[in-house]
Amino acid sequence: MSASGTELQPFAGATLERIAPAGGTPQALAGGTLAAQLHRAERRRKLRALALTMPLLVFLLVFFLVPLGSLLVRAVENPEVADVLPNTGQALADWDRNSPPPAAAYAAMLADLGGIEETAQAGVLARRLNSEVAGARSLVMGTYRALPLGDNLSADEARSKLIEHDARWEELPYWQTIAKNSSRWTPDYLLAALDFKRNAQGDIERVGAEEAAFSDILGRTFQMSAVVTFFCLLLGYPLAYWLSTLSERKANVLLILVLLPFWTSVLVRIAAWIVLLQNNGLVNRFLIWIGATDAPIPLLFNRLGVIIAMVHILLPFAILPLYSVMKSVPPNYLRAAISLGSTPLAGFFRVYLPQTYPGVAAGGLLVFITCIGYYVTPALLGGPADQMLSYYVAQYTNVEVNWGMACALGGVLLTATMVLYALYRKVAKAELSLG
Amino acid sequence: MKLKPVFLAAAMMVALPVMAQSQLTVVNFGGANGAAQKKAYFEAYEKAGGGKITAVEYNGEQAKIKAMVEAKKVTWDVVEVESPDLSRGCDEGLFEKMDWAKVGNKADFQKAAVHECGVGTFVWSTVMAYDGDKLKTAPTTWADFWDVKKFPGKRGMRKGARYNLEFALMADGVKTADVYKVLATKDGAERAFKKLTELKPNIQWWEAGAQPPQFLVAGDVVMTTAYNGRIDAAQREGKNLKITWTGGIYDLDYWVMPKGTPNKDAALKFIAMASSPDAQAEYAKNISYGPTNNKALTKLDAKVLGMLPTSPANSKDALQFGIGFWADQGEALEKRFSAWAAQ
Repeated sequence: MSASGTELQPFAGATLERIAPAGGTPQALAGGTLAAQLHRAERRRKLRALALTMPLLVFLLVFFLVPLGSLLVRAVENPEVADVLPNTGQALADWDRNSPPPAAAYAAMLADLGGIEETAQAGVLARRLNSEVAGARSLVMGTYRALPLGDNLSADEARSKLIEHDARWEELPYWQTIAKNSSRWTPDYLLAALDFKRNAQGDIERVGAEEAAFSDILGRTFQMSAVVTFFCLLLGYPLAYWLSTLSERKANVLLILVLLPFWTSVLVRIAAWIVLLQNNGLVNRFLIWIGATDAPIPLLFNRLGVIIAMVHILLPFAILPLYSVMKSVPPNYLRAAISLGSTPLAGFFRVYLPQTYPGVAAGGLLVFITCIGYYVTPALLGGPADQMLSYYVAQYTNVEVNWGMACALGGVLLTATMVLYALYRKVAKAELSLG
Repeated sequence: MKLKPVFLAAAMMVALPVMAQSQLTVVNFGGANGAAQKKAYFEAYEKAGGGKITAVEYNGEQAKIKAMVEAKKVTWDVVEVESPDLSRGCDEGLFEKMDWAKVGNKADFQKAAVHECGVGTFVWSTVMAYDGDKLKTAPTTWADFWDVKKFPGKRGMRKGARYNLEFALMADGVKTADVYKVLATKDGAERAFKKLTELKPNIQWWEAGAQPPQFLVAGDVVMTTAYNGRIDAAQREGKNLKITWTGGIYDLDYWVMPKGTPNKDAALKFIAMASSPDAQAEYAKNISYGPTNNKALTKLDAKVLGMLPTSPANSKDALQFGIGFWADQGEALEKRFSAWAAQ
C-alpha cells in the first residue's frame, strides 16, 4: 500500500503540469466555443443514459418486439402453396375460377408434385389446403403417393390421368383454393379471425352462421373482463379504504392476508374452487343445509363459476393500487367537507372518491388487461360457452397446429386491446392519469 | 482430502456422456395408462439394463413435436400418439421411419398396428359408462344415452367433434357399418349436429380422460362417454362403474420417434421391448387395453381377456375409428363444433 502511495505522487504532479498550459489558453485549444464543450458533455450524458438503459432496450427488442413482429408476420404469411406448387400457381393465374381449370394447370400440378423432394413438403401442402377445403389432404397425399402417373404426358393426357386417378381433381373447390393461396401473403387468417372469408372469386364476405364464432368470442372476452373488473373494484374498494384507515402495523398484517392467495399458484386456487363449487361441494351442501335450495345449484362449468374464481384471483391487482392511492389522500379533506356542512355520504362521493380515481383507474386497467388474456381459469371452470379468445389461440397452437390462425387471433386480440386502451386514454385524459 | 472434489469432477465428466447416452425420454398420456406403462415397460426396460427412462406426460398436442423438429432440437425420444396424429405427422415429416426389422415380425401384429412411422401399442375404446349403484336399468344403446326421460340427468361427453358425431348418428338410428358413409355427406353432418343439439342442455363436457369416472363417482352425471381403461382403473379402486360396449369406437395408440432424436437406437430398443408378447401381456393385466401383438393374447387368462375391447363379445357391435375420414374432415368438423358449442 505504501509503495503505491509514493508512486502516485510524481504521477499526479506530472498530470497537473501537463494540463496547466492547456488550461492557460482555453480559447486557443478548444478551437472555439463553450457551446461545443457543452454539446460534447451533453452527448456524453446521453450516451451514458443510453448505456444504462441498453440492457432493458435489448431485452425488450429481443424478447418482446421481435416475437410480436414475427407473430404478426405469421398471421399473414402463406408460403406453403407458393413454395410447393409454383408452376401450378402460374398456370392458374389467368383462370376465371368458374370454368373448368385449364389442362396446363393439370400438367403443372403433375410436374410440381413430381418435383417434391421430401414427403414432408407434400404433407405441409396437404395440411394447408385441407384447412380450407376438407378432403384436400387425402387428395394431395393420395396423388403424391401414386406418382408417377406416366412419362412425357401432354397437358390433356395429364388431365385425364389425374382425373382417372382421383375423380375429385375435376371438382372446382380444390382448384379454387390452390389458385387463391398461390400468393405468398394472405389476409385469410385475419379475415377468418373476424368471421369473414374470401370466396372463390377473391371477394370478401361473411362466413355462414354455423361457422361464425370468433366475433362472438371476442365480444364475450371483453364482456367477461368488464364484469370481473367491475366486481374486483366493487369488492376491493371498501377493503382498501378500510386498510388505509388502519394503523401501519395492522394494515401490514392484513395486507399479507390479501397477498397470501396472490402468491399461491393459480392452478392450486382453481382446484380449490372446484372442490368448493361442485355439486357435492361445500357451498352447495351449505345452501342445502340451511334450506336455501333443495337441489344443488350448478356453480361449476358455467359462467358463474368462472367469474367467481377470476374475481378472487384478480382481487389483489385491484386492492394494491387502490390502497396505495388511498394512503396518500389526506383524511383532513373529508373532515373539512363534513365540518363545512356536507353530509358524510355527499362528502365521500364529492370529496374523497374523486381523489381516488387514479387508483380506481390503475386497478381497473390492471385487472381488465390481465383478464383479457385469461385462459386456464375458463378452461378448467367454464363450459364451452364460457371460453375466452386465448383458449382458441391455445387450441389452434397445440391441437390443430394451425399457427397462422393462432397468430391471427393473437393479433386481433392485441389490436382490440390497444384500441380499447387508446380510447380509455382519450376519455380519461382530463381527470385520470396513471402517473 | 484436497483431491476429492477434483476426483469427483473428473468422474462426473467421464460419467456425464454415458448418462446422456443411456437416458431415454418417453412421452405418454399419464394417468392410469401411464402407470400401467411404467410398470410393464419402463421398469422392465430399466431392469434389463437399457438405461434410465424419463417419463413425460402430455395431452396429445403435436405442436411441441413440430416445434422441436423445426428447431432441430429434439428432446423427446419416444412418444405415444393417437392414430390421426400418426398419419398426419408421418405425412408432414415429424416422425422417423420405423425400422421394423429391429422391432419385430410384422406378421405377429394386428394389421392396424403396422405403420411406416409407428408401432401400434394398444387398442382402446371410447365407450358408454355409468354408475351401477345409481342406475338400476342398464342403458344398452346410444338411443338410451339420448333418452333423458328414461334416464334423467346430465351426460358427460368429450369436448370435441370426434366420437360424439359418430355416437349421435348411432343414436339417430344409423347402423354401425354406415356411420362414416353417412357422416361424409353434408346432410349426414347436419343430422349429427342436429342430434347433438337435442342433448346439448344435458351435456357436461370433459377434456381429460380422468374426468369421466370422477363425474360419475361425484354424481355429476348419470352416464358418460369414457375411455374404457379409465373405467377399468376406477373398478379396480372398488367403484361400481359399468361399461356398455355396444357402439363403442375402438382405435389404436402408437409409439413414434420424433424426427432427429439423438437416441434413435435406444428408442428402437425400447419400442421393440414394449412390443414383445411378455411386456404387452403384463401391460394388459394392469389396464384393460388390448395388446397389439397377437402372441400376447395367448398369455392372458379368460378374465383379463373378457375386459379388453378386442374380446369377441366386446367388439361385436363396435365401430373402428375412421382415421382417413377424420384426417380429411377433422379440421372443418372441429371448427364447426367449436362454433356450435360456443353458441
